[in-house]
Amino acid sequence: MAFSPFITKPASVSQIMLHVLLALIPGIVFYVWFYGPAILVSITLASITALATEALMLKLRNRPIAPFLKDNSALLTAWLLALSIPPLAPWWLVVVGTMFAIGIAKHLYGGLGSNPFNPAMVGYAVLIISFPAHMTHWLTPGGLGDISLNFSDQLNYIFQGILPGELKLDAVTMATPLDTLKTQLHMNGQINTILGMPIYGYLAGVGSEWVSAGFLLGGLYLFAQRIISWHIPAVFLATLLFAAGIFHLVDPAHYVAPLFHLFSGAAMLGAFFILTDPVTSPTTPRGRMIFAFGAGLLTYLIRVYGGFPDGVAFATLLMNISVPLIDAWTQPAVFGRKDKP
Amino acid sequence: MRQLHQFHGGVHPDTNKTQSNSKPIATAALPSKLVIPLHQHVGHSARAVVEIGERVKKGQLIGMPEGHVSSAVHASTSGTITAIDMQPVAHPSGLPELCITLIPDGQDEWTALEPCDSWQSIPHTDLRHRLRNAGVAGLGGAVFPSDMKLYAHQHKIKTLVLNGAECEPYITCDDVLMRERASEILQGAEIMRALLYADEVLIGIEDNKPEAIAAMRAAVTAGQHARMEVVAVPTIYPGGGAKQLIRVLTGIEVAAGVRSTDLGVQCFNVGTAYSTWRAIRHSEPLISRILTVTGNVGLPQNFEALIGTPITELVAQAKLLPGTTGYIMGGPMMGVLLPSDQAGVVKATNCIIAASDKLFPPPKPVLPCIRCTRCADVCPAELQPQDLYWYARAKNLTKAEDYHLFDCIECGACSYVCPSNIPLVQYYRFAKSEIWAQEAGKKAADAARERHEFRESRIEREKREKAEKLAAKEKAALAAKTEKPVVPLPNPLPEGEGTAESLREPDVDDIIQLKIQAAIDHAKQQAAAVKPKNTEQLTPQQIAEINDIESRRARIRGVAQASVDEHKE
Repeated sequence: MAFSPFITKPASVSQIMLHVLLALIPGIVFYVWFYGPAILVSITLASITALATEALMLKLRNRPIAPFLKDNSALLTAWLLALSIPPLAPWWLVVVGTMFAIGIAKHLYGGLGSNPFNPAMVGYAVLIISFPAHMTHWLTPGGLGDISLNFSDQLNYIFQGILPGELKLDAVTMATPLDTLKTQLHMNGQINTILGMPIYGYLAGVGSEWVSAGFLLGGLYLFAQRIISWHIPAVFLATLLFAAGIFHLVDPAHYVAPLFHLFSGAAMLGAFFILTDPVTSPTTPRGRMIFAFGAGLLTYLIRVYGGFPDGVAFATLLMNISVPLIDAWTQPAVFGRKDKP
Repeated sequence: MRQLHQFHGGVHPDTNKTQSNSKPIATAALPSKLVIPLHQHVGHSARAVVEIGERVKKGQLIGMPEGHVSSAVHASTSGTITAIDMQPVAHPSGLPELCITLIPDGQDEWTALEPCDSWQSIPHTDLRHRLRNAGVAGLGGAVFPSDMKLYAHQHKIKTLVLNGAECEPYITCDDVLMRERASEILQGAEIMRALLYADEVLIGIEDNKPEAIAAMRAAVTAGQHARMEVVAVPTIYPGGGAKQLIRVLTGIEVAAGVRSTDLGVQCFNVGTAYSTWRAIRHSEPLISRILTVTGNVGLPQNFEALIGTPITELVAQAKLLPGTTGYIMGGPMMGVLLPSDQAGVVKATNCIIAASDKLFPPPKPVLPCIRCTRCADVCPAELQPQDLYWYARAKNLTKAEDYHLFDCIECGACSYVCPSNIPLVQYYRFAKSEIWAQEAGKKAADAARERHEFRESRIEREKREKAEKLAAKEKAALAAKTEKPVVPLPNPLPEGEGTAESLREPDVDDIIQLKIQAAIDHAKQQAAAVKPKNTEQLTPQQIAEINDIESRRARIRGVAQASVDEHKE
């Protein structure tokens, strides 16, 4: 204690990350409810891989291992990645994605605090580009499919790639509601008829709309805990809502209602948990709004015109790279110098 | 109700004030010796005007103010001067300073004082002079000579702010002073108001000091002080910073490098107002002050202690507890660790906290910055501390300055909230000291260049004078040969400067004029080549600050470098 201040507020990186992990729990509960416990296996796999990769990379980089393993940031990356990929995914998909996220996207860029891209989203991007087939087979929510898998069936598939009987993967999985909508529209479907399909619920996909609501709930907790500020989630969701709203108003037959977008795919997860990653988002309030606006617009455009089922990951990565520029351009005026430019 | 303003950010550390503010001010026992530094204030050091072995009386001048910004130093009691030497002092630099050691004789015999019943009849210049000679300086911690701050700048000052906010945890010396000596504070404020030609007096006190607020309000009413208001301000650190309090009370933001008086406000600590009153009314120089002794002690309380009282004798009276690891002067947010427990109380000593590992646990391991911006959220200067940290760490000093490094008031709020435990303020102190060092180097280079240019111009002038003399000789020679005018002139000028080729029929005066002109032109060119000097107009306050900071630099730089190295990954 050689220098002032001699006192500090009892807060730590590890506590912040822990709060974010806790905030993911409502969404995970809905996940388990609709898709079965497979997601818990993915999360566990990803967590173990993340911690092991983190320890290995820290050792290679000659950094102290214990304090960094305890910061919970690798766990958070693992959870976010696991929640982004299909719940019924082969084990190696989770492991490869997580290793890439932690080993390359995080540590090769300098580790905690230095990575320009969100590691979980880099992991996701690598997987969707390398293994598109595996990344687009989502478990059919419970009660919708003809057959439903129990937990041991799910474990068998994850670790051995075996499904019970003569079942094909297609029999127990489906494309995501967002993906289905896009495909159907390409086949000249009309919004009204498409949304009549059984996979769609109140606002968006059965199951996924509830998972989104769970993430919204967790996000509001983070906001209440002052771990995130309102700027990024509010502007991101508002932009998505606004963009979807305009297209929907002009051509309701071919552009789905804005609330569908908000409760589909990774919109809520992205708004509250991914885009708000402090390391890869701007630090100034104005910068955060510009960042979120860009991400919202890109998400919508990629969803509607792009080739991928969802746009959040690529929108995030594209905006991540703009962060230094945004920060430099949006420096706020300091005390006593507000009347000057 | 007065409309209050807010400043950005701020933090709410545990105030820890109740330990010490419930007891009345105790008079500290006469110590066995007094170690009185000659340089306790901002500005030039005072000059010792006593000799070893000399007997002095209480209140006798022992250090004469020297230079524009300086302040007098007095004997705190009667006794004998036993040493004038370098000793460790209570100052952020930790460097030894010239101190006068006084062994009290126990008589506590005052020198002759000249109390004054009606200060209103004394000319303002005299009042300022008396304050300077009484050694009155800012007691909030800045220790800027008060007389220098009491000029009415073209009668532009509307508001005099008295700072009784006392936002730092643990410190309660202003609190108890306001409770016990409110009317004298207010009478001192009247003197200040008169000197500044200020209209209103606003006294800002944080709302966690209801007793002080009540006492001051009662004193305002009892003393019939017009246009003087006691304002309860929200308790938030650093709400007692002068800039923050001015902002809260008036809405005015005083940027770094701007004088508040140019914006119509001047700010003094309540203790300074009290000392001003004692100095003018009773002619008592500043030889004692109220200070809080708290922390790891059995009887935390406020003492009125003589300037020079060794810290160790003071904490003993507060029943120092075992486990004390050091002494913090000031509060835990901005205070400094004292280099020695033998250092004497100085005018800046508002609080001594006996530190222990229990009260101030050793810092936790530092993690990388995750850009969470909690620091930016709490920064009262509205800076982006995470960016400043980045630039300071990379020693990208130009960028750090672009990002307003020098607007940082070093309040420590950023370090306080950092979840990665990064000693942010330490990085800013380090970057500032590096920049000052560079500028000092630049100044030295400027001075050297100036000397060089002066030498060049002197040589040039000597050449010119030679040329003129030579020309005068030639003129005389030519005048002697006027009968033979059509003689080609030998080229009188050095090669390359030829002006003589056209001189078929030379007019002697013209030639000479040309030569002189050439010499002058040459000198002019030389002068033009000299680049304009660094003509920054520094105020005496700025110069004083720079000098003060310079003295702190050496140590901060050394240790900051060590701590930066230590925290580098």
